[in-house]
Amino acid sequence: MPVLEVKGLKKRFGPTAVLKGIDFSLEQGEALAIIGSSGSGKTTLLRCLNFLELADDGIISVNGEVIYRGGAGSKFSDAEIRKKRLHFGLVFQNFNLFPQYTALKNVTLAGEMLAKERPDFRTRRKEILAEIEEGARALLDQVGLSDKLDFYPHQLSGGQQQRVAIARALALKPDILCFDEPTSALDPELTGEVLKVIRSLAEKNTTMVIVTHEMQFARDVSDKVLFMDDGFVVESGTPEQIFDNPREKRTRQFLERYNGN
Amino acid sequence: MKFLPVTLSLLEGFGISCIIFFFTLVFSLPLGLIISFGSMSRFAPLRWLTRTFVWVIRGTPLMLQLMVVYYGPGLIFGVAAFPKLTAVLIAFIINYAAYFSEIYRSGIEGVPRGQYEAGQVLGMTKSQIFFRVTLMQVIKRIVPPMANEIITLVKDTSLARVIAVMEIIMVAGTFTAKGLIWPLFYAGVFYLAFCGILTLLFNYVERKLSYFRV
Repeated sequence: MPVLEVKGLKKRFGPTAVLKGIDFSLEQGEALAIIGSSGSGKTTLLRCLNFLELADDGIISVNGEVIYRGGAGSKFSDAEIRKKRLHFGLVFQNFNLFPQYTALKNVTLAGEMLAKERPDFRTRRKEILAEIEEGARALLDQVGLSDKLDFYPHQLSGGQQQRVAIARALALKPDILCFDEPTSALDPELTGEVLKVIRSLAEKNTTMVIVTHEMQFARDVSDKVLFMDDGFVVESGTPEQIFDNPREKRTRQFLERYNGN
Repeated sequence: MKFLPVTLSLLEGFGISCIIFFFTLVFSLPLGLIISFGSMSRFAPLRWLTRTFVWVIRGTPLMLQLMVVYYGPGLIFGVAAFPKLTAVLIAFIINYAAYFSEIYRSGIEGVPRGQYEAGQVLGMTKSQIFFRVTLMQVIKRIVPPMANEIITLVKDTSLARVIAVMEIIMVAGTFTAKGLIWPLFYAGVFYLAFCGILTLLFNYVERKLSYFRV
């Protein structure tokens, strides 16, 4: 059974149809790379998975359970959406760290908020908070920032900020971790450290959806590649199929433009 | 030398100035926040109504508003006027609330959307996002313009004299009418000292908030 299954996902903004019926599925431990030119709908797709946008139509299932059904009549309360989106984590292009908190607090904050909803929070407050902090320290260690726990975002480089953001997203243990062009806002010399962290996550079989413009990286790290154009999935398959033997003309044209540079 | 009696009279006038200052702040700061929510409302009629109100208040002199509030009830409706100090406070509170609302609005709208979205994808509720994520960023953004506006308020209190409220400059003026110029300068010293203290206070707050950048 796939961890994530998306069927017929559609989204329009006013007169513009951005997603015109997206289907794909993802198995436990797989990394899916989504490639395609700007405006093809990649980011909107990720935003729909994370409920930052609500799809007009289509189905999103996680672990066999339908968590979202678009179309007429389906209205969700804020509380429902809040619960559903915890299946997903999202790492933004511009990091979006909270500037007034240290790296460590950025990672622990959401967990602390959620812990307050636990029935045993009152009685085990100290223990629970200590556990959350312990987990956050381990995650920051994992992304190579154990010496930056008390640094504020503005004291960190872009690459370091993005690594904190990855730790922050991992802290809530999402079923599926999404990356929205995680290196696009970084100087070229800083992309490596972020890609290395994502690569190590892939080696640990983290289920991931990665929207990226880094073709070599997509090829190395992913188990499956999805090429999007004009709101459709044009072609999907293993990295070898897509990069070495693309069947569709549009895929070939897109890749040629990249290889040309 | 009439130094002591002048000092005592000026202090009395300064007390009135301080009352105008503090009561205006206490009421216009929260009222401004409410107005700013109106001017950011998704409900267009409310938004336009609020913005028109802010335009009128910011677009006309406070002195004019003061006179309308004081003379208006009697001349328009034929009812009793507010007591002088009450009229001053009403005009000041409304006027400053309008200015503060614009400062709040710029502070709130200045927080990048990504901050809200980051809170959302981390499963935070709207109120958690407001109190734990955006509030501090808004405060940091609005402290400098607020400091400006509040220091302006200190000096605007002198407008109360147009309806004969005995604030410090009006008091000083009574001595000038008797041929003394120095009480005017002396009154200036009160303003300088007060604004100096406020400046130190705001610098302190800004320094306290300098540990992060927005």
